[in-house]
Amino acid sequence: MVSPEIAVRCRNLEKTYEGKVEAVRGIDLTIYKGQCYGLLGPNGAGKTTTIEILEGLLHATSGEVEVLGMNWREHADQLRQCLGVSLQETRLAEKLSVRETLGLFASFYTSPRPVNEVLEELALTEKADAWVGKLSGGQKQRLAIATALVGAPRMLFLDEPTTGLDPQSRRQVWDIVRRFQSSGGTVLLTTHYMDEAERLCDFISIVDHGKVIAAGTPEELIFSIGGQHRVEFALDDANGVSDDAWRTLPGVGAVHHEDGITALTVDEPHRTIPPLLALVDERGWHLSQLTTRQSSLEDVFVRLTGRHLREQ
Amino acid sequence: MSNAPKLHNGRWSAYRMLLVVRMKEMFREPEAIFWTFLFPVLLALGLGIAFRDKQPDPAHIVIAEQQGADRIAALLKSAPHAERLKVELQDPPAAANSFRLGKADLEVVPNPNGSVEYVYDPARAESMLAHALADDALQSAAGRKPAVETNSRINAEPGSRYIDFLIPGLIGMNLMGSGMWGVGFALVEMRQRKLLKRYIATPMRRSDFMLALGSSRMLLMFVELGLVLGFGILFFHLPVAGSWLSIVALSGAGALTFAALGLLTASRAQKIETVSGIMNVIMMPMWIFSGIFFSYERFPKLILPLIRALPLTALNDALRAVILEGRPLTAQAARLAVLAVWGVVSFFFAVRWFRWN
Repeated sequence: MVSPEIAVRCRNLEKTYEGKVEAVRGIDLTIYKGQCYGLLGPNGAGKTTTIEILEGLLHATSGEVEVLGMNWREHADQLRQCLGVSLQETRLAEKLSVRETLGLFASFYTSPRPVNEVLEELALTEKADAWVGKLSGGQKQRLAIATALVGAPRMLFLDEPTTGLDPQSRRQVWDIVRRFQSSGGTVLLTTHYMDEAERLCDFISIVDHGKVIAAGTPEELIFSIGGQHRVEFALDDANGVSDDAWRTLPGVGAVHHEDGITALTVDEPHRTIPPLLALVDERGWHLSQLTTRQSSLEDVFVRLTGRHLREQ
Repeated sequence: MSNAPKLHNGRWSAYRMLLVVRMKEMFREPEAIFWTFLFPVLLALGLGIAFRDKQPDPAHIVIAEQQGADRIAALLKSAPHAERLKVELQDPPAAANSFRLGKADLEVVPNPNGSVEYVYDPARAESMLAHALADDALQSAAGRKPAVETNSRINAEPGSRYIDFLIPGLIGMNLMGSGMWGVGFALVEMRQRKLLKRYIATPMRRSDFMLALGSSRMLLMFVELGLVLGFGILFFHLPVAGSWLSIVALSGAGALTFAALGLLTASRAQKIETVSGIMNVIMMPMWIFSGIFFSYERFPKLILPLIRALPLTALNDALRAVILEGRPLTAQAARLAVLAVWGVVSFFFAVRWFRWN
């Protein structure tokens, strides 16, 4: 089997600001060509610092970075020709039209794509002559991605591409990313939305406090917490019930508690729930709540850190 | 990655687009249009009208109405320049009151013995003038012959009026303001929007960006200079003594110097508020000392060398010398050197300190 080509490889990446704040504390990443790779983590985890080092906008304090077989010290100009970048919260000039903005970015590249083609692809043709200041949030974000795509990049870096967007605009952005990927492009994106990472990414590194705390495909990560499903219930009068009672039920991978709710990670809920109900009945307890759902990356994050992704 | 043919951009495509976009943005900003183009013209219009050359008001003279008053009034009215005097007869208390309240510039009191008493206030220039005019008129009308033969010539030629002094100062002030704001403000705004950072994530050459910014200043310089100077020529008949080439070259040097200063003030500032403050601190002394509205020669001799070392003073002085006196550019070498030092030193440090993100 031929091993897939590597697009980005970084080893032991560290970034310390002003000699104090350690934003990134030893991150390793390997991104293969054609992959959509996600950095998932809460705000302040070091995602943006990491992606900006890979984009050549920040210098790492230490560590090695290789992008498309090149490095920033020797091949900065060549690299910039092959990379498309969308920063977090860039506000493009408000009094230029969509077409003018895209034309400007196209002029920076040796061999850009035709502006009209990119406008068409990102559903911005109708707004081509509108000023950027008049666009909706979703349109602005599509334009930001268009400025990255107009240079005909081989790799796309997207920092929080859907933060603050409505559900429909988020889906449009996801479609754009998938289309770029299906045409052979490689994508690295950061997000703090677990659903985005789950649906869009082939491979995810969960980042917290400047370190990768888990990495794998979404399925692998979810499986790693002991099961694909969660059975969550609450008892009226179960103070002092030992977790062992639940752990011996068939198919239970792990047990934990949160806000008075007991959660079991299980592989097959239909095999676990009947014995669970029988046990509750037998002991004379009363269920006040019972739900079952698929495990998510959020559960993985909570399991690993004890915190939720959206907490600051 | 599509099948459509890829385009190929030449070496200067980025520079061209950056310049075009900068100019478009500028002209789409109503405030910028007002402050850069309209404001200096309105200022020239307002000040030009306020200080236009006009006939001075006649000296206001009251004569206390008692014996002999009519004779004095008749003499004053028959004097050679009677139009310079406005003569009124009032009963003595009213006449004294008019003078005391400043309504009249001079009170004339006829004495019973035929002599005349002037009541005037040496602290009031117009009172002094009324005294001299009235006495001169009275003596001439009564038949005094001049002891020395004199003649006078009126000079109110264009070129020596206040508006002529003002227009080159306004051009200099405008080049300073739009250079500092046009470069400094635009850059900090782009930094605040993270647009500078977005640009350097592309293959855009940083030198192209700076060059486009400088070029846009040069292009706007033509418009600014043309508007203010054109307005002065058409509306106030400002005489332009020097060569147009010298005027344009000087304005260009000024525009670049202040663009460099703008670049320096914007090299690190992260916020619009910060850069506005810094720019006002830099421009304020020049607004006061650099001779925009009045000559700086009135300041104490001790600080004149400092004033002349300011870039706007050098620019204003050189503009006045070339526009009003028709001096060649070569005679302005020292002033051009002052501009060049400010420009080059500012540019050097600006480039060293400049932050793109």
